[in-house]
Amino acid sequence: MPDLSPSGLSFPSPSRRTMLRGMGGAALLGAGIPLLSACGGSGTSADPKTVTLGSKASDAVPKKAFADVYAAYKKKSGITVDVNTKDSNTFQEQINSYLQGTPDDVFTWFAGYRMQFFAAKGLATPIDDVWQKIAGNFPEAMQKLSKGEDGKYYFVPLYTYPWALFYRKSVFKQYGYEVPTTWDDFVALCKQMQKDKLVPIAFGDKDAWPALGTFDQINFRKNGYDFHVDLMAGKASWTDAKVKSVFDLWAEILPYHQEGAVGRTWQDAAQTLVSKKAGMYLLGTFVGQQFTNPADLEDLDFFAFPEIDPAYGQDTVEAPTDGFMMSKSPKNKAEGVKLMEFLGTPEAEEAYLKADPSVVAASTKADTSAYTPLQKKAYDMIAGAKSLTQFMDRDSRPDFTSTVMQPALQKFVRDPKGVDSLLSSIERQKKTIFASS
Amino acid sequence: MTTETTEEIPEAAAVPPAGTAPAKKKVPHGHRRLLTRRDRFTLALMAGLPTLLHIALVWVTAFASIALAFTTWDGIGFDSIKWVGLQNFKELFEQNPQFWPAVQHNVIWFVVLIAIPTPLGLFLAVQLDKKIRFSRVYQTAFFLPVVMSMAVIGFVWQLIYNPDTGLINSVIGANEPGKYIDWIGDPDLNLWAILIAASWRHTGYMMILYLAGLKGVDPSLREASSLDGANEWQTFKNVIFPTLRPTNTVVLVVTIIEALRAFDLVFVFNKGAEGTELLSILVTNNIIGESSRIGYGSAIAVVLLLISLVVIIPYLVSTFRKERRA
Repeated sequence: MPDLSPSGLSFPSPSRRTMLRGMGGAALLGAGIPLLSACGGSGTSADPKTVTLGSKASDAVPKKAFADVYAAYKKKSGITVDVNTKDSNTFQEQINSYLQGTPDDVFTWFAGYRMQFFAAKGLATPIDDVWQKIAGNFPEAMQKLSKGEDGKYYFVPLYTYPWALFYRKSVFKQYGYEVPTTWDDFVALCKQMQKDKLVPIAFGDKDAWPALGTFDQINFRKNGYDFHVDLMAGKASWTDAKVKSVFDLWAEILPYHQEGAVGRTWQDAAQTLVSKKAGMYLLGTFVGQQFTNPADLEDLDFFAFPEIDPAYGQDTVEAPTDGFMMSKSPKNKAEGVKLMEFLGTPEAEEAYLKADPSVVAASTKADTSAYTPLQKKAYDMIAGAKSLTQFMDRDSRPDFTSTVMQPALQKFVRDPKGVDSLLSSIERQKKTIFASS
Repeated sequence: MTTETTEEIPEAAAVPPAGTAPAKKKVPHGHRRLLTRRDRFTLALMAGLPTLLHIALVWVTAFASIALAFTTWDGIGFDSIKWVGLQNFKELFEQNPQFWPAVQHNVIWFVVLIAIPTPLGLFLAVQLDKKIRFSRVYQTAFFLPVVMSMAVIGFVWQLIYNPDTGLINSVIGANEPGKYIDWIGDPDLNLWAILIAASWRHTGYMMILYLAGLKGVDPSLREASSLDGANEWQTFKNVIFPTLRPTNTVVLVVTIIEALRAFDLVFVFNKGAEGTELLSILVTNNIIGESSRIGYGSAIAVVLLLISLVVIIPYLVSTFRKERRA
C-alpha cells in the first residue's frame, strides 16, 4: 500500500471512514477467530496445574460419566482437567485438522486401526512410559489393541462393550424359544419366530454402519479371526470365495430381517425389540439406552452370535474399545502422562461405569461387584474371548469403509442379488484406496 | 453464478487507482485532483480488500482444488501430496458405482424443478397478483418454506416419510410387515420423495420471483389487451408472459443453481444413500472425515465445476452479447 502516507495518519479525530475501517477490521478479525479456534483446542497456555482434554463424549450419559472421572482425578491429584467437548460426529469428522492444529494434550479416541493410523502419521505421542505402570491392569488382548504398528503404545483403553444378539427373556419364555448356538438352530429359530408373527431380527441400516456389524459377525464365525484381520487390512481379496460364502449365509437369513432396513435408524429398530414386535436384534450393548423403562431393561438379555464353522466356534468377540490418546506435542506433557496413568487404573474405570452402566471396564482389575447381570455377562464374554475385534470401521481404513463398504452393504441388504458384481466393484475400489498412501 | 457476476465488480473497481497513478506523474503541481490522497487510500482499501478476499477465497481455492484433483492426499502434511495424473478421473468414471447415478440425479433434480414447481409458482403468482383477499397471508404461507433452512426442511420431511412412525405410512397403514413402503431407503422412491420436499420449497421461491416480475408489468398493457377483447388466458399468453422474459432468465439461472448445489436436504434426509446420490454429497463424503481422500473428492468437485461451466458460459455469452447490442 504505497498510499499509506503520514498525512493519512495525522488526523487526530476519527472520521467516519476510519471508523468504518476499524469496524471492517474488527469484523474480519471477529470472523477469523472462531474459525481458527474451531480447529484448535481450548488453547490456554501451559498452566502446570491444568491438562487440556478434547472429548467426543457429547451425549448426556457418557459426558457425565467422563466428568466424574476427571473430578475424581482432581480430588486425587489437584490437577484440573480442562475438557473441551464437541459433538461426537463433528469430533470424528474434524479429527484430521484437529490433530494437525493445536489439539488438546489428551483426547478421547478408539482403539484399533483408527488409532494406529494417526500414530503412524506422527500425530500422537507414544506412551510406553505410561504403560510401564498400567500394563498389569489389562489383559493381553487389550495391550495388543493399544499398540501402534511400530510396537509402541499409543492408547489407554477405558471401557469396551460387546456386539451380540439381544432378545427379551419374557418373549423367549412366552414362546418357549431356546438360545441357538449353531447356525442351523439360529435359522430354525428365525423360521419359528416368523410363524409366530414376530419380526425375527430387528434391523435398521439408515446410518449405514449397523450392516457392517452383521458382516463382521458372519465373517469371523465362518472364516475366523485371522481372515477378518487380513480382509480389513486390505490384504485378502473381496472376490475370495470365503467372502462370497459370508454373503451367501447372510442372504439366507436376510429374509428374516426387518423389512425396509435402509430407511430405518437403529433407534427405531431397537424400539421394535422394546415393544416385543421383534425377537432378536444384533447390536452393541448400547441398545440398552433405548430401554428407558427399568423393567424392560431388566428383561433384556443377549447371546453370542451362533457358531458357523466348528473350527472357530464362538471364539471371537466384537468388542469396540474407547479410550484416550496423547496428541503429538502436548503443552503439559508431564501432567498429561500422569493423567493417562490414572485413566489406566481400575479406579478411573469404576468412576466411569458408575454413571454409564451400558459398557464394561477394559481393565480386568476393575471391581465387577456393582455390575448389572447384563454387564457381568458382557464382561465374561469379553474375558473369555480368544480374539477381540473392534468393528469394521475401526479395524479398516475409515475412508474405505465409509465411501465403499457402507453404500455397498446397504445395496446388498436391500437387494441381495448380484453379489458377484458388487464384490468385484468393492475389490477394485479397495485396491485404489489401499494403494494410495 | 450470481455471486460470480457481482464479485466481478470489485475487481473492475480496483483498476482505477492503478490507472490514476501515471496521471499523478504527468500533473505533479497545479489544479487539485478530484480525489484526495485519503480518498484514494480508502478507495484502494475498499476495493482492494474485497478483491484480495475474492481472489483468496474463490480463485485460489478453485485452482487449488483443480490441482488437487490430479493428486492423492490424505490431508496430513503437504509432503504427502502425490501426483497421480488422471488416475482419479479414471477411477471415478470407471469404478465408482455412485458417480453416474449422482450425475443423473443432479439432472433429474433440475428437470423436475423446472417442470413442476416453476409453473406452479408462476400460477400462484398470477393468482396472487389479482389482488384477491388475504393475498399477503397466502404469500407468506407459500414463501415460508423458502425462509426455512434446508436442513430443517429435510428433518421435517424425514419425519413425515419415516417408514415406521411417519405421517404418510401411518395414515395409509403401510407401516406393518408385508405392506411396507420405504420412502427413505428404497432407491425407486426416495429421490422422488425428496423432490417433493424440494419442490414444496422451490414453488414459494418461484412464486416470489414471478410476483416481483408481474408487479413490473405495465397495467396499460392489460388494459389495451382487454380493450382488444382478449380473454384472460390470451392476455396472459400473448401479453404478460412475453414481458416476463427477464424474470424467466433469473428463474432459469436460480433453478440451475438449486439443482447443482442440492445437498443439505438430501444429506439430512438419508445422507445420499442409494437412489439419492448427488455430486455434492460424493464430494463431501470423500473430503470430510478421517483420513480423507482429498484428491479424489477434488476430482468430483472438478466434474461439478465443469458441469456448472457448461451451463454458465452460454448464459454469460448471451448476456454479454445483449449488453453489447444495447
